[in-house]
Amino acid sequence: MSNDQIPPPHASPDEERVGVYVCHCGSNIARTIAVEDVALWSEQQEHVVVARDYKFMCSSLGQELIEQDIQAKGLSRIVVAACSPHMHERTFRGACQRAGLNPYLFEMANIRELTSWATDDREAATSKAKAQVKGAIERAVLQEPLEPLFVDINPNTLVVGGGIAGLTAALELADSGYHVYLVDRDSSIGGQMAKLDKTFPTLDCAACILTPKMVDAANHPNITLMTWSEVVAVDGFVGNFSVQVRHKPRYVIEDLCTGCGTCIEKCPSRVLDQHFEVGLGYHKAIDRNFPQAVPKYPVIDTTHCTYFQRGKCRACQVVCPTNAIDFTQKETFEQLEVGNIILATGYEQFDARRVPQYGYGRLANVFTSMEFERMVNAAGPTSGQVVLRDGVTAPQSVGIIHCVGSRDKNYNEYCSRACCMAALKFAHLVHERVPDAEVYNFYIDIRAAGKHYEEFYHRVLEEGTHFIRGRVAEVTDAARGPGEEGSLIIQAEDTLIGKQRRIPVDMVILMVGMEARHDSRNVASTFGLGCDFEGWFTERHAKLDPVVTMTEGILIAGACQGPKAIPESVAQGSAAAARVSGLIGRRTIKLEPVRASIEAAACSGCRICNNVCPYHAIVFHEEIKISEVITALCQGCGACVAACPSAAITGAHFTREQVLSQIDGLLWDMQPGVLVLA
Amino acid sequence: MAEPTTFQPVIIGFLCNWCSYRAADLAGTARTHYAPTMRPIRVMCTARVEPEFVLKALRSGADGVLIAGCHPGECHYVEGNIKALRRFLLLKRMLTQFGIEPQRVQLVWAAASEGHQLAAAVDRMTEELRALGPLHWQQTVLRAKVDIPLIKLEVGG
Repeated sequence: MSNDQIPPPHASPDEERVGVYVCHCGSNIARTIAVEDVALWSEQQEHVVVARDYKFMCSSLGQELIEQDIQAKGLSRIVVAACSPHMHERTFRGACQRAGLNPYLFEMANIRELTSWATDDREAATSKAKAQVKGAIERAVLQEPLEPLFVDINPNTLVVGGGIAGLTAALELADSGYHVYLVDRDSSIGGQMAKLDKTFPTLDCAACILTPKMVDAANHPNITLMTWSEVVAVDGFVGNFSVQVRHKPRYVIEDLCTGCGTCIEKCPSRVLDQHFEVGLGYHKAIDRNFPQAVPKYPVIDTTHCTYFQRGKCRACQVVCPTNAIDFTQKETFEQLEVGNIILATGYEQFDARRVPQYGYGRLANVFTSMEFERMVNAAGPTSGQVVLRDGVTAPQSVGIIHCVGSRDKNYNEYCSRACCMAALKFAHLVHERVPDAEVYNFYIDIRAAGKHYEEFYHRVLEEGTHFIRGRVAEVTDAARGPGEEGSLIIQAEDTLIGKQRRIPVDMVILMVGMEARHDSRNVASTFGLGCDFEGWFTERHAKLDPVVTMTEGILIAGACQGPKAIPESVAQGSAAAARVSGLIGRRTIKLEPVRASIEAAACSGCRICNNVCPYHAIVFHEEIKISEVITALCQGCGACVAACPSAAITGAHFTREQVLSQIDGLLWDMQPGVLVLA
Repeated sequence: MAEPTTFQPVIIGFLCNWCSYRAADLAGTARTHYAPTMRPIRVMCTARVEPEFVLKALRSGADGVLIAGCHPGECHYVEGNIKALRRFLLLKRMLTQFGIEPQRVQLVWAAASEGHQLAAAVDRMTEELRALGPLHWQQTVLRAKVDIPLIKLEVGG
């Protein structure tokens, strides 16, 4: 099944002229493999015109050797036996290209990492190297010249999630002069950071550093803000995505609403706010998350609105000075054309009810870390006062339990990264708000790795917080003696003194970990990227490419990639924006031509490949009953090639013939049924 | 009769570009020594491995085939490894009917950081194949009078 777009330069593989180059890599390869022997042997092989060994093939002299031979000897295929293709495939492809040979007519045999470094057995290593070279020769003669794909980049970008990571990315791109659509499923941007009071270790107020950015985003001429909206479908490929966004009905006409807040004031329906106030405060049936919400337009909560439930009330409609209330609003859909997509969809709090022995939801004065954040927030439900569930009593002692749902094989093995520092911040805030209170931190390890973090830990130590090293067994209200009466008792092993301890406290704060969003797998499948076991989005490379995914044009930033605090989220938001603006600046993007194509004449229209493709890159033409690969969308995995029952799909650079031929070459010395003695 | 101690099996190893090939690279970089029995083929994803490739390798003289990919959930192409697993399980049923021992075709997961695990998998498989002896495709499969339609795919040379 040859690719009919690119005719091979020669009619038959028999006419190919192969050059084989065996690298010594100093002594890295030559110590274990008889490289001269491999080169001499290679020269005897079919198709091979010249075979050489050289000290360092990757050096400029080594590359020149190849370039000269291509021109002087008319070589049509190059095989280099050296290190891993991940190391130098690009180098040698460049050499081929400079000499006028299509870079995809080059093949590499990895005889260093896979052979000379993996054994001391010189004889076995040499024979394995020969087999690898033979496999590479047999494959190379069937390789076909391929041309990279160039696609234009639409300069608009979609950012999904208006938390600090997405906000940063959107602002940086907008400031670079590119248009951004910022979509958030919530009614306001700001994300989790908007709920916080102080940020560690500087203790500056979260709102003071976040709200100006939110306002900037709302007012920026290059940003189209779409809150209370969700992405429902993504089509296309890098440079040319077509995205469908669903705008949920607010029941408030944004163009008319001035954000005066009269409707909120007059709304008679007051309900517990489980979302923004995490159950600690109340909101009205028409309300916004918080007074500084961006945009300022409120949303009607239809499940609690008297009009939606009983058909009567309309108080908001009556009082609205601009007639902005519209009970008949329906959801609308909008199609966006963008070149790149940055996902910054964030995380969710671990549900503390999953650890029943800590009593959350059963013992009133057990709080989660987010509840405490809202409590200490001056704009929160208690106006910043640290009080027990009764709303008035200040606690005289507070126990802070670390690693709830993190570093625990029963829940999540990973460390949630930000909670140690948040716990230290809480200890400091309790001391600040209730000066006489005792604070106990129950920890496994204090993870204070970050700029000025360790110094903050010492500051909290000096403030008189007690640190007890050990995992808490349980939190109970069953008193064993008069000293424990009426308190919550934290039972823990103090591993530093090797004793069980029971500490009676008035208030317990559970430092709940971060988890991937419950629907992150659905989001990943909508956008065509990967998720790990825990649901975090998978980056291209954990160290070297943390904000790019395996899907070209889809980037990730912030806690959707894994637990992280504000500084790292901001860094990733900036990094993603820089990557995108770099791409846009190039106007076109070059894509690897390792992609699948379907030979229409051989396609039976069975559609098996349609579902096999993880990137929705194969479309079915209903009228002619034939499937077609959208080349720019294909990532070249080859799953469809292997799945096609009619062998109608060709995977460029990994064709059936190339692989079968490589197998033949690798097994050149293995006549079936013959015993090979070592 | 083959002497078990001197028999050096030959394994064709299909390594996925993103995890297992990098694991093999890492094993080398870390100088983890393992049996030099595995002759590697790089594929972009284990989902590219056709059952025919495995049969071709066995028919052409390999004593075993190792397919190594990313851990489930970590596939760089979302879930290519799961597709490979499904194909692999079907293929194993067929191979059993051919009289080929299950140890001869193995699917393992090795992340890019798991050089040791990949090396250990090759060593383990080498030992298992040593215990089994050579495959002898002609005798094992062809004598069983199984008509193999795949012969027509054989590449000459």
